[in-house]
Amino acid sequence: MEMVPTSENVPEEIRRFVINSFLFGKDGADFSNDDSFLEKGIVDSTGILELIGFLEERFQIKVADEDLLPENLDSVNRVAAFVNQKRAG
Amino acid sequence: MTGAVTHFPDVLRLDPEAETARIVAAIRHQVPQVLKRHGVVLGLSGGIDSSVCAALCVRALGPSRVLGLFMPDRESAGESLVLGRRLAAGLGMETALEEIGPILEASGCYRRRNAAIRMVVPEYGDGWKEKLVIASATSAYAISHLVVESPDGNRRKVRMTRESYLGIVAAMNFKQRTRKMMEYYHADRLTYAVVGTPNRLEYDQGFFVKGGDGAADLKPIAHLYKSQVYQLAEHLEIPEEIRRRPPTTDTYSLAQSQEEFYFTLPYRQMDLCLYGRDHGLPPEAIAEGAGLTTEQVKRAYLDIESKRRATRYLHLSPLLVRDGEGAEL
Repeated sequence: MEMVPTSENVPEEIRRFVINSFLFGKDGADFSNDDSFLEKGIVDSTGILELIGFLEERFQIKVADEDLLPENLDSVNRVAAFVNQKRAG
Repeated sequence: MTGAVTHFPDVLRLDPEAETARIVAAIRHQVPQVLKRHGVVLGLSGGIDSSVCAALCVRALGPSRVLGLFMPDRESAGESLVLGRRLAAGLGMETALEEIGPILEASGCYRRRNAAIRMVVPEYGDGWKEKLVIASATSAYAISHLVVESPDGNRRKVRMTRESYLGIVAAMNFKQRTRKMMEYYHADRLTYAVVGTPNRLEYDQGFFVKGGDGAADLKPIAHLYKSQVYQLAEHLEIPEEIRRRPPTTDTYSLAQSQEEFYFTLPYRQMDLCLYGRDHGLPPEAIAEGAGLTTEQVKRAYLDIESKRRATRYLHLSPLLVRDGEGAEL
């Protein structure tokens, strides 16, 4: 059974998911972990549903409707921080 | 244009008589000269856009060369047919009724839609109703939620999975594509052209189904903001009940406005945001005139661009590989 990632691995896992799911797996995709998904046009409204599904399954967390904020979801680092916060309870 | 747009209605005000004449002239040229067709066929939903298009086509070509189709399914609002008939009678145009429910049933439209809903609402079944609603303009993410209503009237809102959402939309797209099939059947047998009826907001923002209501030979009001369509409707003396009817999708079994389904703001505000975006106006220049905060306009601008990107492929013609060249982009 695949291990749930550690806190340190979370940004890497999220970045890989974003590249594979929204950027056709492009190596060296041109965005930083702090770049806004919305402003860069990386994730659209359907993509957010896909991202949420990934987070819930991969990291065993529940994403509530009130969590759907750019502060939580709009960059690799923000998503990672959000995931780690959820997992910490 | 500089400064704030404070007189919202004036910015989008047009001369309806002049614009009508311009569109009529275009139709008179496009249909016989460019398309080499003898008339036009269009779906009549009882809504403002198809009504205005019908009136323009009748002015351009005469009522005997305009065929209106009523294409209800088992979930259509009864009002749609009533209003459509009233419009057609007033214009003196030919009409035909094509009930598409049996086709949708046979092709699995309802069955597939219900299966997709049951991914997130396992108890959904006979007697239940549903619609999709998009997040409000104050939300950063234009996520759709599913609203279901049980046979005893209990409603609840559910966030869908990606698979469920796409499954529902794909199944419901059968409706628009089936209607287009009927339009082209009549167009083929009459050598008519098919009229698409999107307004600028719908066309620009990809609010149509590829191969469904997006398919057409001409689109006479695709350049008009929704507000301007209403101005023409008044000039063309479209029945008041049609002009007062809130824009509806008339697609899901629960009554659903276009604002609920796709546009995060009422059309008057969406028009102004689209106008502002297209004219390079900073958000603060139109916020007051639109009755929005600067932050809301910024989000609307982002949403406009996001929808343009996501729906760009709907506008593309088939991609070809030309001899001696790389793939056409």
